[in-house]
Amino acid sequence: MGSSRWANRLLLLPATGWLLVMLVLPLLVVVIFSFGERGAAGGYVPALTLAQYANLPARFTAFKNTLILAPIGTLAALLVAYPLAYFLALRVNPKWKIILLVMVIVPFWTSILIRTYAWIFILGGQGIPKLLGFIGIEGVRLINTPVAVLIGIIYGYLPLMVFPIFVSLEKLDKRLLDASGDLGASPLRTFRNVTLPLSLPGVATGCMLVFILLMGEFLIPALLGGGKVFFVGNALVDLFLQSRNWAYGSAVAATLVVTMLIVISIYTKLITRGSNQRDDAALF
Amino acid sequence: MSKKDDLPISREKFMQELWRYKRGSVTRRHFLGVTGLGVATTVMGAAVPSLLPRKSWAAGDIGDRVILATWPNYHDEANFEAFTEMTGANVQVNVFGSNEEMLAKLQAGGSGWDVFVPTNYTITTYVGEGLIESLDLSMIPNYDGGAFDPRFSDAGTVDGTVYAVPKNWGTTGYVVNTKHTNGRKLTTWKDYWDITKEEFSGRTMVHDYQLTTIGNALKYFGYSFNSVDANELADAEKLLLEVKPHLFAINSDYQPPLRNGDAWMSMCWTGDGKQLNTDIPEMEYVLGKEGGEIWSDYYAMPKGAEHPAAGYALINFLLDPQVNAKEVLAHGYPVADSRTNDLLPKELLEDPILYPAQELLDALEFGAAATLTDPNRAELLARFKSA
Repeated sequence: MGSSRWANRLLLLPATGWLLVMLVLPLLVVVIFSFGERGAAGGYVPALTLAQYANLPARFTAFKNTLILAPIGTLAALLVAYPLAYFLALRVNPKWKIILLVMVIVPFWTSILIRTYAWIFILGGQGIPKLLGFIGIEGVRLINTPVAVLIGIIYGYLPLMVFPIFVSLEKLDKRLLDASGDLGASPLRTFRNVTLPLSLPGVATGCMLVFILLMGEFLIPALLGGGKVFFVGNALVDLFLQSRNWAYGSAVAATLVVTMLIVISIYTKLITRGSNQRDDAALF
Repeated sequence: MSKKDDLPISREKFMQELWRYKRGSVTRRHFLGVTGLGVATTVMGAAVPSLLPRKSWAAGDIGDRVILATWPNYHDEANFEAFTEMTGANVQVNVFGSNEEMLAKLQAGGSGWDVFVPTNYTITTYVGEGLIESLDLSMIPNYDGGAFDPRFSDAGTVDGTVYAVPKNWGTTGYVVNTKHTNGRKLTTWKDYWDITKEEFSGRTMVHDYQLTTIGNALKYFGYSFNSVDANELADAEKLLLEVKPHLFAINSDYQPPLRNGDAWMSMCWTGDGKQLNTDIPEMEYVLGKEGGEIWSDYYAMPKGAEHPAAGYALINFLLDPQVNAKEVLAHGYPVADSRTNDLLPKELLEDPILYPAQELLDALEFGAAATLTDPNRAELLARFKSA
């Protein structure tokens, strides 16, 4: 017994060390800084004050925008990704499957910055709006609107949503679908009662991945929103890189972490309750 | 060295290229390219020592690299290549978007820069924070203080100590696409903000930079560009919030949307105004009659630079009037060095974008250190952006 416990500890050592140095310590620094003050020329001056937290309402809009756009972006990515994952996992000819999967990954080979920059031109006046002009739809403005940000989000986060859903659909026992059909269920009913519930773990994982990353997003709103769509991520970039208010920036960052923890625990609770109910239902 | 058929280049041709290289008429990159010796250089080094980057040079060994933090579109690449040729030190360039960002990076520590390009109003802050090294002018023989208009070199000296030497100067005005103004002539900042609320709705850009965006909003009311007065800032904020729904973007990277026609007008620095006007003549550069900003950039060295010798060598090289003149031709920002101006073509020196009329210049203000570091202005910009 004793030796296996030591082996366990040894196995966990690298991960624990990594987390301690790269996550716990930096977070601790952020928390300590958040009780400090801004130096005269910026930076951080040690202090023990709640002034930074008292000033949080000044970034209320940023939190509001993030808490609205992150769920909307996640949902939009889900709506685009699910049919694609379904097609890839269940419909496509197996000999094309690998090629199509690779095509979903290929964009990842280029930096998100460059790909988002490309969208500036696609959504700009010489891009899609010009094409729409040819078919008689004039005066469409896309770039620097919330719609442009949403398109950028769906594009950027799509693979993160597609893969977990694809995996859960791929390993689904196809005989269940046949059985459902044999027992007289319509294809739609089969999807609703068999396919969809079995793919929910993938959906939950994908949504979690996309949502967490979206909460910290700053690049897409800055580039495709023309600096007019302001997320907490943008507020943080400005606080650290422009106004150099490290103390206030740390308070905003700490608040974002806490907000995220709250939202995610609610989400996890809902998911587990949902799956428990399904298990109960399955008994009957 | 015996002649082999599979050599990528004939022996005669090789020697010819080698001599051209030694005379300095081709760059090392070209030489290594045509001779196919790129990878073989280190092996050949012992046999043909001049193939290696020269490790030493008149000023002694300066190492193999120098790291420069500067602004976009602000140098002639060919000059960097020539510097590498001459000294063996490679120039690595980091490009920045705002002085605040530069200051933030230096405050955080470990920037790794050897030379950086601060603007006039930041230098006292760098000195106060102990982030900048005083310059040993004996290492920069090409710098001749007497050749510079003191307006553009003053800010480099703090309490009698020289911390920075002048690079370029310029103005902050706005560029407007006159195709869309129906013959109306815009001459003031009031025009700029007013037309944005009307005919130019959805077509105007402002910088993502509190100094210029707030400064030029203050000019609408005739206040100082540098004001930190609470009431005056409140007026500027009201204007900015009123205009925000009519803006195309809040972004300092304004050339692309102006060029493709999405944006019709933007706050603009001299060199960008010159570059846009050269390519698209209907893009006019306007200095507001009420005033606005005049600025001067400097070369400086941060405390704890890793390659100070190479840093000095680079500054000295770029201040050579011949080299500096090439820089101006590439980026379109004026210099205050009379020796360089003597080498520039007459039409450039008479260009109204680079050298605006005296009465327009007289109304301009240099940015102040307190303007950049004022926390209220920073918060104002954040409120404007998140509104």
